[in-house]
Amino acid sequence: MGIALQTFGLNKNFGGIQATADVSIAIERGARHALIGPNGAGKTTLINLLTGVLTPTTGRIELEGEDITRLPVHQRARRGLVRTFQINQLFAELTPLQTVAIAVAERMGRGFGLWRPLERDPKVMEESAALLRQFHLGDVMQEKTAALPYGKRRLLEITIALAARPRVLLLDEPVAGVPDSDRHEILDTVARLPDDVTVLLIEHDMDLVFSFARRISVLVNGALFVEGDTADVARDPRVRAVYLGEDVTHD
Amino acid sequence: MSGPQPAFPLARVSRRAEWIILAVALVSVLLLPRYYPVMNQMAIIALFAVSLDLILGYAGIVSLGHAAFFGLGVYTAALFAKHVHGDPFLGLVIAAIAAALLGLATAVLILRGTDLTRLMVTLGVALILLELANKLDWLTGGADGLQGVVMAPVLGLFTFDMAGRTAYLYSLTILLLMLFLARRLVASPFGMSLQAIRDNRLRAEAIGIPVNARLAAIYTISAGVAGIAGGLLAQTTSFASLDALDFQRSADILLVLVIGGTGYLFGGVIGAVIFTAMHHWLSAVTPQYWQFWIGLMLVVIVLAGRERLVRAILSPFTWLLGLARGRSGPAK
Repeated sequence: MGIALQTFGLNKNFGGIQATADVSIAIERGARHALIGPNGAGKTTLINLLTGVLTPTTGRIELEGEDITRLPVHQRARRGLVRTFQINQLFAELTPLQTVAIAVAERMGRGFGLWRPLERDPKVMEESAALLRQFHLGDVMQEKTAALPYGKRRLLEITIALAARPRVLLLDEPVAGVPDSDRHEILDTVARLPDDVTVLLIEHDMDLVFSFARRISVLVNGALFVEGDTADVARDPRVRAVYLGEDVTHD
Repeated sequence: MSGPQPAFPLARVSRRAEWIILAVALVSVLLLPRYYPVMNQMAIIALFAVSLDLILGYAGIVSLGHAAFFGLGVYTAALFAKHVHGDPFLGLVIAAIAAALLGLATAVLILRGTDLTRLMVTLGVALILLELANKLDWLTGGADGLQGVVMAPVLGLFTFDMAGRTAYLYSLTILLLMLFLARRLVASPFGMSLQAIRDNRLRAEAIGIPVNARLAAIYTISAGVAGIAGGLLAQTTSFASLDALDFQRSADILLVLVIGGTGYLFGGVIGAVIFTAMHHWLSAVTPQYWQFWIGLMLVVIVLAGRERLVRAILSPFTWLLGLARGRSGPAK
């Protein structure tokens, strides 16, 4: 199998606060790995370290064996480390088709093309349209993103990431705030992610975590608390203790 | 047609808009010979506004100092014609390169920071240039301006005449050419990635767009286009003066874009026509108070919203617009 993404003794301090404490984690290629933990456990900080929004105080990050600790966000994305956002980060004035086409063109290395209009690049446009249809966005791909219902924007959030054809995909709470009526489309999308894509899921929704993940890491106070196969973690009394008194199914 | 349809309806409208501008401009050549100098100003200000729209409307970079590039274009074209060569096109290329180099050099200042810091930094660069042009009077003529700019005929054929006919046609041609290129640019993958950065920089980075490189590139291009607009002014008026670099000019061009609208390129042209016309006629009627009316219009546009105003003005003619778009009946 081999390791897709790995961290070595990752630390991040904000002033006196240690948001990430000596996290060494290895995600296997093709994994369905979930990262859970109570609020304030440092999940967001860890995601930001992995994607390059933050630089670790100490420690190292490797993607497919290459050191990416100092690479900026866009270069990590180009190497196949792509994320979605807990709060939608979309291009409000553009359509889903334009949005996905921009990501596809960028991945193909055509992002600095100055002459041919993007919408007249058949290779980019056909792939983009196919991707959008595959993920339940075919009928709204010509509408302005800002005008889409929330559930559709949530789907677009994931589709953009897939357009970049990730090797490692970080899904940051994909069903956060999605009404029950729209959940099945998101869950279906997540379930249909290509097998060769390594997925790290950060989620509060335990139904989704237990149905999706084969392996779970539990983060508490910035440090890895428990790691193991889904069934083992579900039974682990320490994990139950951490979550005791917390609403397990929802944030 | 196979494959997806063009994504935005605006592109269809603006494709026609280019022809409408060309038609109106050509008719104006025949009908309004008295106004060649004014229409020449319109064309130049329109091009300057288009250059600002490239960064403001497409990349979301606000600037209160775009006159720096315009003014550098003015002085470069004037000095080049005076001391090196009188060919207009060659002069424009040199003006564009000079302004683009300044844009590239100062791009680092606008890559980071908020709108406010960008406003201050761009304003600062323009002020520095203004003071330089003022102090280097052996080169620029200082406060007296730079005179004695003599241009060779355009393409060696069309001499610049007293009525300003050649000047207007020359500026108009350059404007339409640059509009065409700009329209290609903003629809290209590069241009679309700018709009992605404008809408959400965080996400743009996350899909692999090198944000800083793209912003620096469009800032450089925009500066070059502003330099061409400035070059046109120097060449068609045979004069360069400090007001080309003045803060007023940076503020006016923002105003032009507020009047015409940002993010679709033709707003700069529409704004330039309205602004220059108002300037021309109002300052003839009420020389002291013409800015009062410009100010009033600005307040009304911002408060009432441009689209609502346009719709109110056009409502008696909507059936006509519908016809122009190839649909019958009033537009919704």
